[in-house]
Amino acid sequence: MKDYHRPQLLFQIFILPLVVILSLTSALTAQEQPVIPADSIIHIPAPTSNVVAVDYVYDRGETVELTWNLSPDDTIGGRIDGYELTRIEQSTGKMDTLEVIPAGISYYKDDKLTHGHKYAYLIRSVYFGAKSSPVSSNIITPSIEIINWRLANLFAIAFILCGSVIYFIAHAKKGKKLFIRKIAGLEAIDEAIGRATEMGRPILFVPGINDMDDVQTIAGITLLSRVAKVVADYDIRINMPVSRSLVMTTARETIKEAYIGAGRPDAYNDDMVRYITDEQFGYVAAVDGIMVRDKPATCFYLGAFFAESLILAETGNSIGAIQIAGTAQPAQLPFFVAACDYTLIGEELFAASAYLSNEPKQLGSLKGQDVGKFVAMIAIVIGVLIATLAELTGSSSLENLSEFMNRLFTIVS
Amino acid sequence: MSWEQTFGIWLAAAFTLGIVSFLYRDNIFYKVCEAIFVGSSAGYWFVTYFWDNLYRKFYLQAFDPVSPHIAPWVGFILGVLMLTRLFGAKIAWLSRWPLAFIIGATAGVYMMFYFVSNAMLQIGASIKPVFVGSFGDIVSNVLIAAGTFCGLVYFFFSKEHKGVFGGAARVGIWFLMVTFGASFGYTVMSRMSLMLGRLDFLFGDWLRLIS
Repeated sequence: MKDYHRPQLLFQIFILPLVVILSLTSALTAQEQPVIPADSIIHIPAPTSNVVAVDYVYDRGETVELTWNLSPDDTIGGRIDGYELTRIEQSTGKMDTLEVIPAGISYYKDDKLTHGHKYAYLIRSVYFGAKSSPVSSNIITPSIEIINWRLANLFAIAFILCGSVIYFIAHAKKGKKLFIRKIAGLEAIDEAIGRATEMGRPILFVPGINDMDDVQTIAGITLLSRVAKVVADYDIRINMPVSRSLVMTTARETIKEAYIGAGRPDAYNDDMVRYITDEQFGYVAAVDGIMVRDKPATCFYLGAFFAESLILAETGNSIGAIQIAGTAQPAQLPFFVAACDYTLIGEELFAASAYLSNEPKQLGSLKGQDVGKFVAMIAIVIGVLIATLAELTGSSSLENLSEFMNRLFTIVS
Repeated sequence: MSWEQTFGIWLAAAFTLGIVSFLYRDNIFYKVCEAIFVGSSAGYWFVTYFWDNLYRKFYLQAFDPVSPHIAPWVGFILGVLMLTRLFGAKIAWLSRWPLAFIIGATAGVYMMFYFVSNAMLQIGASIKPVFVGSFGDIVSNVLIAAGTFCGLVYFFFSKEHKGVFGGAARVGIWFLMVTFGASFGYTVMSRMSLMLGRLDFLFGDWLRLIS
């Protein structure tokens, strides 16, 4: 009895469910297949027309722009998947299929060419694998243009700025006085050093955590030369932990020169500037330790700072030191403003450096930059006025003028 | 969890607590953590610089058996010049050359980049009609134009901040301070998230008090 029922049982338990599962899988798979319109099997899409290849100007001869008229099937019936582009190099006859541009788009920029070689393009309309007959473009030879006239506005403005800087440097070199307004933070530097002298406690100078390739570090080192001069004159102890080897080298040289200038070269000691580590928070941990153990009367933070700014400034605040900071890092300025006694904000750091050094190059640069700022102020006032009037009156000439002002400060590469 | 992982977690927790103990006062635990952190990081960077620069960027390229490059030798020679200061004052001046090269090259490379991103595009973005759109748009546009203009006045160093010019500069510094305030609050919140991360580690990974 059992023997008779075994095949039936097998069928019920294994075969039947298997068949059901296979049937369902087959049905689901069939649903996942894209629905192919009935007419697409035989529908060959209409080709494009007017395929034009143009050399992209003001480049290094590596780019060609390709335009074409959309296929009638694209514009009317929407029965186009895209346009298949093929590049033919004329000298070798090598054909490269580039990519399929989606329907509705009639532009392509081919920027992987070699200048001097001749190229042509073929375009086929594609619809569910069916392709139209190819339409060929003209033969094009990409060429090199030495000057990129698209950047003429950048050149003009940079020329005015650089010209001003060079003019004022030459002016300063002739010994003519260049007026720079007093920077309040600089008086604070002298006061802070005086306080350290009175208290007989050291000065801590932190030049930031960037290397000598950062202009903020350079400005910090220029200010160090001023601080070191007073330090050498009054025989105050200066402690300068650094996180970059090049900064250590430069700072040692700066302080040494200050001591030689003060006529006390023997008082100089290389240990005044110490390398700690390149690691940001390792450096911060060490500087914090130095602060609480040495208890400097004055802390200078002049250079490029990042997440360590508030940690340093808060520790300095906790030991009651006078703190003077200066950085051009916008994200760190709020912390220095909040925790320090005086902060040189952004360009004030560079201005202070120029003011103190009294060097023609630095003074001239600062004056030249002021010319740039003046141009910017005038441009903003005039630009905003024209744009507002154009919007309110609807005048086409004002709109054109406003457009020109916008283009003047837009970079098109 | 393997014993290595457990050891690592306990070590990280001990260092975290050691560094945080600085909030109370300077103490022996902080000093130990500080010394280990500074020493290990200095060693780590020495090894990193050695393999990244001397080995990969210099040795592998300069002594490439197929096509040896000449350019890495420029960097090598400049690097060697830095060491001349160790051999007396007579040749120590040579160490200024690599410094001059680094500073000059960086200034040249970044000049146009900064000029475009920090000056031209900022000016272009400020030039827009002010009395257009909703009340909020008008207020926003006026603030952008006035803030940028007054900020520039504040950073103009060729004229004393007196009279109308001084008034505009004062407005400029107010704009800066308001911006700093907003930035301060934003950054403090992001630092709080860092602290929460550490607390999560201490109470979750280490003490297993939270899941």
